[in-house]
Amino acid sequence: MNPQVELPVTNEPGSARLALSVALAGLISGIAIIGIYEATLPTITANKARLLREAVFKVLPGVSRMQQLGFVDGSLKPMGEDDEAVDEDLTLYGGYDTDGRFIGYAIPSDGPGFQDTISLLYGYLPGKGRVVGMEILDSRETPGLGDKIYKDAVFVANFSNLVADPEIVTVKKGTRSAPNEVDAITGATISSKAVVRIINEGQARWRDKLPAPGQEPPLPDPAETPAATAGSD
Amino acid sequence: MDRDKNLDTYQEFVKGIWRDNPVFVQVLGMCPMLAVTNSAINALVMGGATLFVLMGSSFLVAAFKKWIPKQVRISLYIIIIATFVTVADYTLLALLPGVHKELGAFIPLIVANCMILGRQEAFASRHGVRFAMMDAAGMSLGFVLALFSLGSIREILGNGSLFNIPLFGETFEPWVIMILPPGGFITLGLILLFFNWVAARKKAFLEQVVQAERESL
Repeated sequence: MNPQVELPVTNEPGSARLALSVALAGLISGIAIIGIYEATLPTITANKARLLREAVFKVLPGVSRMQQLGFVDGSLKPMGEDDEAVDEDLTLYGGYDTDGRFIGYAIPSDGPGFQDTISLLYGYLPGKGRVVGMEILDSRETPGLGDKIYKDAVFVANFSNLVADPEIVTVKKGTRSAPNEVDAITGATISSKAVVRIINEGQARWRDKLPAPGQEPPLPDPAETPAATAGSD
Repeated sequence: MDRDKNLDTYQEFVKGIWRDNPVFVQVLGMCPMLAVTNSAINALVMGGATLFVLMGSSFLVAAFKKWIPKQVRISLYIIIIATFVTVADYTLLALLPGVHKELGAFIPLIVANCMILGRQEAFASRHGVRFAMMDAAGMSLGFVLALFSLGSIREILGNGSLFNIPLFGETFEPWVIMILPPGGFITLGLILLFFNWVAARKKAFLEQVVQAERESL
């Protein structure tokens, strides 16, 4: 390069000014991001809570109240809004009818699918040993194939009355013959098997921890924990 | 501004929609173009988010270009773009959680859309706010149009529906490949072919007109 061409460099801003302008832009950007985070957080949290409540009511037919339960010190205990000390793997949701009678558990479980983690919620009636509903909460399965695990009503209906003990088994589509068998989806065998495996893992995790049928923790007085009941929007 | 003297507001707006379409002519922003156009609604929301980010960044860059030191301009553009993208990300998460879930990582990836950085470097940093806004609006509408045409073609053929409304009834067998990644490449290739064919025909036609005029003189 010709040194004469570079002469104007002397008039250009020094490093301090460059650093200052980037720092200033970063500061303003940071403030803007905190602002939008604070502004949207309540809506985002409310959306998540609403979706979870809808999922619990969907997988446990007849339920109109729910309560989060955590496995603490060897038994299931109702969890308040502030208790976050319990491992997420050790919490589930108890479903109750309008009179507060226990109906069943909605159990969250997750595991690897075809592309990414599938997380789901399934309804389990301990008295009958049956799974009565399954809802996918989060998944990134292939559009058009793997996403049938929640878009294909026939596949989802497999889980509406399914014997879960000792284990659920995936079989080829159309060959379901026993009450613990699930018809796989043609073209999405891995995703179908993943759903069944995730439910089996949830069952294995909870089998020794659930109290004997009839001993389930009662619904706490709704007056004390209004946020835990249905229709408290 | 001297540089803006020869510009026409309307021309700066329409050039992004057809003549310099960011997708079909400049072939920019291919990552969101191929990844999220498996349904019309995903394509529209992605296009809307990109429009918001491009308009916002172009406005700030054009308005503050005197205070942006040349040496660190790219870093500052990225900071501005990333801020708008984060705002768009949280807003979508709050207002349209369902669509946000499907778009997933591609909303934050708008930061890396070279169409947006390209407009700041090539246009907004050299022109006044009015022309920068016209340019940004035209370019992002061209982008929305491209995403939407790809998204609706793929959803109609691959799922037999548009905006989740079934179009063909029970007997239609969806071409699943159209909503899988290969369908994106196939559709984009065909649209690019069409665009180039139209451009070539137009050029040939204009040459014929010029020749005819010359002969008649």
